[in-house]
Amino acid sequence: MNVTLSDDELAFRDELRAFFRDRLPEDIRRKQEQGVILDREDHIRFQKLLAEKGWAGVNWPVEYGGTGWTPVQKYLFATEMAEANAPDIVPFGLSMVGPVIYSFGNDEQKRRFLPDILESNVWWCQGYSEPGAGSDLASLKTRAEFDGDAYIVNGTKTWTTLGQHADWIFVLARSRADVARRQEGISFLLVDMSTPGVTVRPIITIEGEHEVNEVHFENVRVPAENLVGEEGAGWTYGKVLLQHERTNIAGVARSRYRLKKLRERAGRAVRGATPLTEDRNFMRKLAAVEVELKALEYTELRTLAAVASGKAPGPESSILKIKGTEVQQAIDTLYLEAAGYYALPYVPEQYVLGFPDGERVGEDTETRFSLQYFNNRKASIYGGSNEIQKNIVAKHVLGL
Amino acid sequence: MDFSFDDIQTMLADSVGKFIDNEYDFETRQANAGSDRGYDPAVWRTFAELGWTGIPFSEADGGIGGGPVELMIVMRAFGRGLVVEPYLANVVLAGGVLRRVASAEQKDDWLAPMIAGELQATLAFTEPQARYDIADIATRAELRGGNYVLDGSKAVVPNGANAELIVVPARTSGARNEREGITLFAVPASSEGLGYKAYATVDGQRAAELSLDGVALAPSAILGEPGDGFATLDAVIDDATLAVSAEAVGIMRALQDKTVEYSKNRMQFGVPIGSFQALQHRMVDMLTACEQSHSLLLWASMLAADGAADAKRAISSIKYQVGTAGRRVGEEAVQLHGGMGVSWELDIAHYFKRLTAIGQMFGNADWHLDRLAE
Repeated sequence: MNVTLSDDELAFRDELRAFFRDRLPEDIRRKQEQGVILDREDHIRFQKLLAEKGWAGVNWPVEYGGTGWTPVQKYLFATEMAEANAPDIVPFGLSMVGPVIYSFGNDEQKRRFLPDILESNVWWCQGYSEPGAGSDLASLKTRAEFDGDAYIVNGTKTWTTLGQHADWIFVLARSRADVARRQEGISFLLVDMSTPGVTVRPIITIEGEHEVNEVHFENVRVPAENLVGEEGAGWTYGKVLLQHERTNIAGVARSRYRLKKLRERAGRAVRGATPLTEDRNFMRKLAAVEVELKALEYTELRTLAAVASGKAPGPESSILKIKGTEVQQAIDTLYLEAAGYYALPYVPEQYVLGFPDGERVGEDTETRFSLQYFNNRKASIYGGSNEIQKNIVAKHVLGL
Repeated sequence: MDFSFDDIQTMLADSVGKFIDNEYDFETRQANAGSDRGYDPAVWRTFAELGWTGIPFSEADGGIGGGPVELMIVMRAFGRGLVVEPYLANVVLAGGVLRRVASAEQKDDWLAPMIAGELQATLAFTEPQARYDIADIATRAELRGGNYVLDGSKAVVPNGANAELIVVPARTSGARNEREGITLFAVPASSEGLGYKAYATVDGQRAAELSLDGVALAPSAILGEPGDGFATLDAVIDDATLAVSAEAVGIMRALQDKTVEYSKNRMQFGVPIGSFQALQHRMVDMLTACEQSHSLLLWASMLAADGAADAKRAISSIKYQVGTAGRRVGEEAVQLHGGMGVSWELDIAHYFKRLTAIGQMFGNADWHLDRLAE
């Protein structure tokens, strides 16, 4: 047992560090620093840089163009990406539908979809939740009726993150009703968003931004070749996807970066105030979150090591989702508290590049802290709410 | 970066695990705890024969050259088995001082027989007024006529009444709370002027209040340099903090497993209570607390093994973690066992008491969090 990095790992870390220092576009870096929401083109530009370098398919097998990295390399990649304050990789293609296609798709689907996912040529979004099917996902009502060479899809998907940018959507839809268990008869379909009958409507979330959408399907013809795996077995594929989502969801590296920045801020006399480092209560709460995060970091590393030794990410990944989002939200809360009165001004117009400093309310991005706090209440709700994760662990890990 | 055990560590984990599984059931533990000495000398001999009493000592000293990771492996298993034999007092506390600063002659006198299992030892590391400040030492050692004469009190000394050697920190200079001026003495239990008040502790172990009333010692009893004992004491307490944290993680895991098992068998309202979602979620929280604690323990043990600069911080992190998460797991295990959880008859209560005792030792959760908040 040891925590030291080998010479190869150190060299790899230096390579990562140099890449993010030299290649992360300056305007994207400034947007990240200034709390400006990235647009579609920013994400694609950044992810294409990763793809050029061969680093887009972090968890993908080498045969599909993935990195084939060890757990430690993946850990270093996430760490350096966060330390450079680079954007998160948009997960829907690279982390979600990609693994489903290379695990369960046919050769034609792999040829057709995987390269465009890897190179971020196509933007994907997720069609899982429905207005009447949240935690009880298996109650989904979107129908896919087979009519010879295509599925006719009707229904509504919701909470579709960044669906306004998407070219394609992966959809869980019911293709058979005569089933013993509700989890049966659900199919995993790949749908071109430009197909007639697909409409996207924005949902404005608590902090006032347009991040999620409702997607409506009205007699949408989906060619039969866009069915992944077996007809009616989509629930199984969807679960695998969710387990991948859950390991990525912990966000350890990003949380560590945010805590480091918060400690720095706590040491500063913002507007001449007494530094927060003098506030015993605040510093004790900060230290407690740091301990929880360090534990999570090693829980994740242990999970990755188990995966590397041949196990698929299992129900244990639910623990990462629960703890990861709890830590994120604890950090959001500390930021909120750190902002004091400047948690109050709602000034979204400030968050564009080039907003004149002289007209800014509050220092730096502190008026975003409350918005982040509000926005990220979603973290314990999405990807299977934390209560659903506990059900999964109780059943599949504890055998209850 | 690597979480796997090497061959020796794997063998050690196997042999301690087998011992706990095959030779140290709860009835044995209770009998040992209730015996005259509070532990079984035959079990102690087994520990020595298997080399466990020599783990952190160099081969030159007659040990097996292990470190924090090997100690972690043993202590975690001892937690699972709720072992009462005084391993911490001998190997980690007294042994930790002796291996660091004892002369060759002192090692022959004290360390070799301790490793051989023939001598019981301890370290009297705290005083009645000191709480968690190990520099708070009022016991004085004054040089009179060529001898050091010790006067003062030592509190809750583990293995205190059984120990034949007591390592006693005393002040040869400086005021209370000062780090300078602390000297470590090897005090034979037979020394004149040494008084004991021996008792059992709530966790089924043994300890004693010690009084030193004009205990005279030759200068050859000094371990290390006079006045320079704080750094040694500090390092040994860090070792011990990590060791009891490992024990706590072993206990937490046992409580978690036993609680889940109990909930599958205990029938109420015609169904196993483990089928209730309100209880399932609490057991998942317990599992999460165990996993998080296990992770931190590995991290802290590896940093300590490397002698890393932030090892102290890591040790405070794990002690804070087992202090908070351990209390949650312990209280939940009792609650989910219902009336059985508060019965002396069941092991659950005794795991909980040991976990609680560990929470009070070497700095509680608040004390370590304060260190981390700085």
